[in-house]
Amino acid sequence: MSWRSLAARLRRSGVLGINERNAAYTLVHNRRDRYPFVDDKALTKQLALQAGVAVPELYGVIEIQQQVRSLPQLLRRHWDFVVKPARGSQGDGIIVVTGRSRNLYRTADGGFLSDEEMCFHVSNILSGIYSLGGQSDKVLIEYRVNFDPVFEPITHRGVPDIRIIVFLGVPVMAMVRLPTRLSGGKANLHQGAIGAGVDMSTGTTLSAVWRNEIVAEHPDTGNPVSGLRIPSWRALLAIAARSYELTGLGYQGIDIVLDRDRGPLILELNARPGLAIQIANRTGLRNRLDMAERARPALKTVEDRVAFALESFGAGA
Amino acid sequence: MKRAHLFTLTATLASLALSFTIYKVIVLGFPLAPQERTDIWRVEVQVSFEAVGGPVKAILYLPHSTGGLTIVDQSFVSPGYGITTEARPGSGIRAVYAIREARGHQALYYRAVIQRERRSDERSRDPRPPLEPPDYQGAERAAASAIVEAAIRHSSDPHTLAAYIVKRLKDARPGEEAHLLLGRQPSNARLVSVAVGLLHFAGVPARIVNGLALAPERRDARFVRWIEYYEDGRWKALPTVEPATADALLLPWWRGSEPLVEASGVENLRHVVSTSRSYELATRTALNQRRDLERRLVEFSLFGLPLQAQALFRTLLVIPLGILLLVVLRNVVGVKTFGTFMPVLIALAFRQTGLLWGCLFFVLVVAGGLAVRFYLEHLKLLLVPRLAAVVIVVILILAVLSVLSHRLGFERGLSVGLFPIVILTMTIERMTVVWEERGAAEALQQALGSIGVGVLCYLVMNLHAVEHLFFVFPELLLVVLALTLLLGRYTGYRLTELRRFRVLAR
Repeated sequence: MSWRSLAARLRRSGVLGINERNAAYTLVHNRRDRYPFVDDKALTKQLALQAGVAVPELYGVIEIQQQVRSLPQLLRRHWDFVVKPARGSQGDGIIVVTGRSRNLYRTADGGFLSDEEMCFHVSNILSGIYSLGGQSDKVLIEYRVNFDPVFEPITHRGVPDIRIIVFLGVPVMAMVRLPTRLSGGKANLHQGAIGAGVDMSTGTTLSAVWRNEIVAEHPDTGNPVSGLRIPSWRALLAIAARSYELTGLGYQGIDIVLDRDRGPLILELNARPGLAIQIANRTGLRNRLDMAERARPALKTVEDRVAFALESFGAGA
Repeated sequence: MKRAHLFTLTATLASLALSFTIYKVIVLGFPLAPQERTDIWRVEVQVSFEAVGGPVKAILYLPHSTGGLTIVDQSFVSPGYGITTEARPGSGIRAVYAIREARGHQALYYRAVIQRERRSDERSRDPRPPLEPPDYQGAERAAASAIVEAAIRHSSDPHTLAAYIVKRLKDARPGEEAHLLLGRQPSNARLVSVAVGLLHFAGVPARIVNGLALAPERRDARFVRWIEYYEDGRWKALPTVEPATADALLLPWWRGSEPLVEASGVENLRHVVSTSRSYELATRTALNQRRDLERRLVEFSLFGLPLQAQALFRTLLVIPLGILLLVVLRNVVGVKTFGTFMPVLIALAFRQTGLLWGCLFFVLVVAGGLAVRFYLEHLKLLLVPRLAAVVIVVILILAVLSVLSHRLGFERGLSVGLFPIVILTMTIERMTVVWEERGAAEALQQALGSIGVGVLCYLVMNLHAVEHLFFVFPELLLVVLALTLLLGRYTGYRLTELRRFRVLAR
């Protein structure tokens, strides 16, 4: 198959490329001055709390090197927690601590860290090695999500989350991101996690993508990834739709986790969400984005937008 | 709306640049291809002496643009010395090097870049100089009269007169009048001064000229003397010795019989003159424009800059093309690289080192840097000191590689100093982060992408034709700018995305 015809066929399928995403969506619909709300996760958290949306509880923030010395005391109060850079991208620099073993921290990918190593990691984050453009950063220490057992059969360690693309307040596409042994317990596709497409009308998982390939089973557990029903799907879509009013970004990705005890929590928002979600859903984004843009003026409330998503973007549609 | 705006802008830019280029090619005659070459001569005078302590003053004659040769550029290297130039009517221009206190061995340098004038200046006329016939007495006067009378009889104009006198002096046999005037051991210098005296005696103004024969190239060139006589308002040269080669160019330096260098407060005064030849684009044919407006245009182009600055711009002007290629490779092909413009900087470094050595050095430096960076990981250093440590190690690796390659006889290695060290360090740091977060495969893939793009940029930027085109027609950068702007609105798929999304093709 020649490249030209391949490109033509992708275009017919409405597959969105990165250039088009940037030129026609993020550059047009995302105002520059709104970026800090999503680039800085500490700010996102504040914003979400003000709007009454649940987020993982913040245990502490480390902002300067001086504070690193008091880190072990801060961590002592919590059995498990997550350490993440406030401005990190694509999940880089996140450490999930699931417990202790003597005086070592046990991490989600099965490793162990000493106090010293943890402090070094935190001061690295502060110097900005994980942040966009290398600017200095903050470290968030927050509640580790105990994920809803619904995803237990298709998760290898770590926390699966649900990524929903929201365009002008309309949820258009979703996927469940499932950590694998390869991703080290992280839910980022870049790092080797699986992305399973979701039927927008029912919240049931479809086929999955792993490293740009379509897979039917979880590579570590061997269980089929499709056919799983995400609980309280409508509520999740409502949270996603409301995120538009939260940040003012026209085109964004929202990452939600389902906590066993606390229900859906917003993990983070993304102003430049990745495009692999199209492979997970075996559908291009373009058609749905066009539909949402056309219908948007008639959709007055959050409920309208959720209803529109439920009826328009089903797997059959 | 935005699209129309963009297209209008890019079309305007491109058509402006292209029409100016076409004007320069057709009307001004700038060459599109770099094939034509012309001679450029470099002359260096080294004056050395022992200063005895106390003030030192050295006076050196300088060449100046005359006749068919132009001084394009000149420079003085003389640590600590103050330099002034003074014109000496009738002799030439002198540079005066002065210092209040100097002791021990001193060396002063003067360098000039000389080029053959394409268009000789027909309009200017020199004022008629006064005649200063030598005061011949007795037998000398009789001999001079005899030669001059014969010369006037056997000639029709100042040129044939001067030629006859020189021939008589050259062919002088003992007992003849000419021999009496020349003295016992006639040197060329003596011959020239006698001939100048005789010309004045015959009523033709003439003078002694000291100068250099530019060909062949010499490490230790000698000054020669010849005659200039005045005819029809102009000075004309008459060599008295046969030039060594047929195409030898004579560069007049100063007039009169004074020495080239004079100095006070010194011992052991010596000077060495060397000449060398290099090639330049024949673009200068186009630079000698007759009409005023066109000359102004040329003066305000890059050719108006000193040679060194021109060399800098030769490199600078090809960078945008490399960047355009980088934009295409990143946004249309979808190659992943470390750092946005790092590959272009790598390509620039390759221009100094050559491709093979450049790649080898790049790989060795990055591999060495990575090894050190992974080792430093154990020491748990803070970011900035760690980066600083890697910079130092990178410089050390470069030094070691240079020494090794020099020992092995590869001179190319010596130019690795131009590698963008800080950029390399940031690359190493980014690479370790990617290595740890995404695995070695991804890191190596991006490193390979970077070096591949660098090599491609180098291949394009190093084309002689490209360098020539952008230097002679810098307005073509507007075309590059227009293309870059257009690429800024390219919303098609990247080639790598076709592969990535191929399962979605229906």
